[in-house]
Amino acid sequence: MFINISFAPVETAFREFVSHYGFIFDAIKGVLLQVFLVPLEDALRGAPPWLILLGVGLIAYHATRHWLPPLFYVLCLYLVGCFGLWDKLMSTTALMLVSTAICVVFGIPIGILISRSNWLRAIALPILDVMQTMPSFVYLIPMIFLWGVGQVSAIFAIVVYAIPPLIRLTDLGIRQVDREVVEAATSFGTTPWQLLLNVQLPLARPSIMAGINQTVMMALAMVVLATLIGARGLGETVNQGIANLEIGTGLQGGVAIVLLAIVIDRITQAYGMDARQRRQRLLKGGSFANFQRTTGEKA
Amino acid sequence: MNKIEVRQVYKVFGAQEKAGLALALQGLGKDKVLYQTSCTLALQDVTLSIPAGQVFVIMGLSGSGKSTLIRLFNGLIRPSAGEILLDGQDVARLDARGLRELRRHKVSMVFQGFGLLPHKTTLENAAFALLTRGEPKDKALEAGRLWLDRVGLKGYEAKYPDELSGGMRQRVGLARALAADPEVLLMDEAFSALDPLIRTDMQDQLLQLQKDLHKTIIFVTHDLDEALRIGNQIAILYHGRLVQVGSPQEILTRPANDYVRRFVEKRAGQPQAAPAEGPASG
Ligand SMILES: Nc1ncnc2c1ncn2[C@@H]1O[C@H](COP(=O)(O)OP(=O)(O)OP(=O)(O)O)[C@@H](O)[C@H]1O
Ligand SMILES: [Mg+2]
Repeated sequence: MFINISFAPVETAFREFVSHYGFIFDAIKGVLLQVFLVPLEDALRGAPPWLILLGVGLIAYHATRHWLPPLFYVLCLYLVGCFGLWDKLMSTTALMLVSTAICVVFGIPIGILISRSNWLRAIALPILDVMQTMPSFVYLIPMIFLWGVGQVSAIFAIVVYAIPPLIRLTDLGIRQVDREVVEAATSFGTTPWQLLLNVQLPLARPSIMAGINQTVMMALAMVVLATLIGARGLGETVNQGIANLEIGTGLQGGVAIVLLAIVIDRITQAYGMDARQRRQRLLKGGSFANFQRTTGEKA
Repeated sequence: MNKIEVRQVYKVFGAQEKAGLALALQGLGKDKVLYQTSCTLALQDVTLSIPAGQVFVIMGLSGSGKSTLIRLFNGLIRPSAGEILLDGQDVARLDARGLRELRRHKVSMVFQGFGLLPHKTTLENAAFALLTRGEPKDKALEAGRLWLDRVGLKGYEAKYPDELSGGMRQRVGLARALAADPEVLLMDEAFSALDPLIRTDMQDQLLQLQKDLHKTIIFVTHDLDEALRIGNQIAILYHGRLVQVGSPQEILTRPANDYVRRFVEKRAGQPQAAPAEGPASG
């Protein structure tokens, strides 16, 4: 009854492709590992933990303009250290930072491009849908073909999974900028670049930051899966727990990932507010005053 | 000497612009064009002369094509056919760079919803035109400060738009437009979003400024009182066609048709010349 349809030739073609152009992927791998991931991971793991904790505290203060939340975040990470997982925490953080950086470097420009053309957007949206719904294992296989088992495959698997929300939210943010503001800026003779840099991107910022936040969260969600193709880090602990049926170990790894997620989520969310909102929070001492001010304005 | 000449301008919005234009050129009206091509005929055979140094008002009900017409003068909208000569130069034929130059130096615009940048201070907004055309920052800010002072906003330089009232915001809009020192000032229902008292204040202020500046001001409104108050000449649009152009006196005493007469009578029916027409009647 069924005619036979097989995707096996895809594999042959893919092997053929890799055998000819493999050097390109080797080069990418080399740069990514030697220039970015390895130095970053070494630095994070080599640095004294108190320095890292202090750094996180300062970044969190810069983001929130409060002292209490940063203290809480530092405590979260300290707790991971108490689990004996500090080293793995640093590996995961390095992996996540590099993946996120790649997402940002490609995702935001792609989002900007899509926002400028309806047909580009019509092409891109279904592709993003596929990237988000396709089971990750499916694209883990070609990644391994290209880069073998290891950190680089893990990074690209994470990027494929985590980049769509950033592209979508960049596009959305730019499209949602008040039309009259864009028209007004144009009426004073802005170049397309001036319009993008001085008007569209600043006004799309909350949306773009929400995209980065989502991307980081999704990258973290991939951390466990990524260890299956050779990533180091907290995912290893979880997998070890699963493999050996050690409930405690698995739980520790899981809780550590959640704690890291909380810290990163809060910090990136705080950066979603613009500099002015944050400054006002500092001046007026607390988000409540800020909240009152904005709601009062609308009333 | 006329600053601007509009010659046989048509504007058709929609996917079948060409077909719609062909029908409009045959003299078919807005309804027929819409019915046959589902395109909106926003302007039909508009020919106008706008003298330099005057306040020229464009009036009409909602949808009559006022915003479309005023946007032809700085190329925010391109006509489907016709010429818009500004100092003899056809705005409709300018390329992107030419339009930029025109907007940076010659023509500024004030918007109904203000169109201020919410993430910039009042001062940065006022200096926006100058910063955009690349003047040194200190000079641009200095000019911005001067103009904020002139529209009565001294002391508000560091505020953000959402901290100002509607009237103050539009003063920033006015300062921003004037800081560029344009020859032509376009104002699209610039005061329509303001409540009646503030609106009269703003009209007074505009007239006061105009006494020294002698700009060519093109002012769109749907309010006859406003038109009579500030206009040296008034043009009335109806369904994209120009039905009358004349001085306020001419409009009042010799309305060209029933449409114009209705405007005038509605006003005559009021006890006073106060701007008491219901808000957003357009
Ligand atoms: N971008 C556009 N696409 C399609 N149709 C448009 C567009 N802009 C305006 N129109 C149509 O053109 C006609 C004239 O619109 P315009 O905005 O010039 O009217 P207006 O006189 O300014 O009205 P209002 O008082 O409501 O601002 C209307 O029928 C409107 O629906
Ligand atoms: Mg309008």
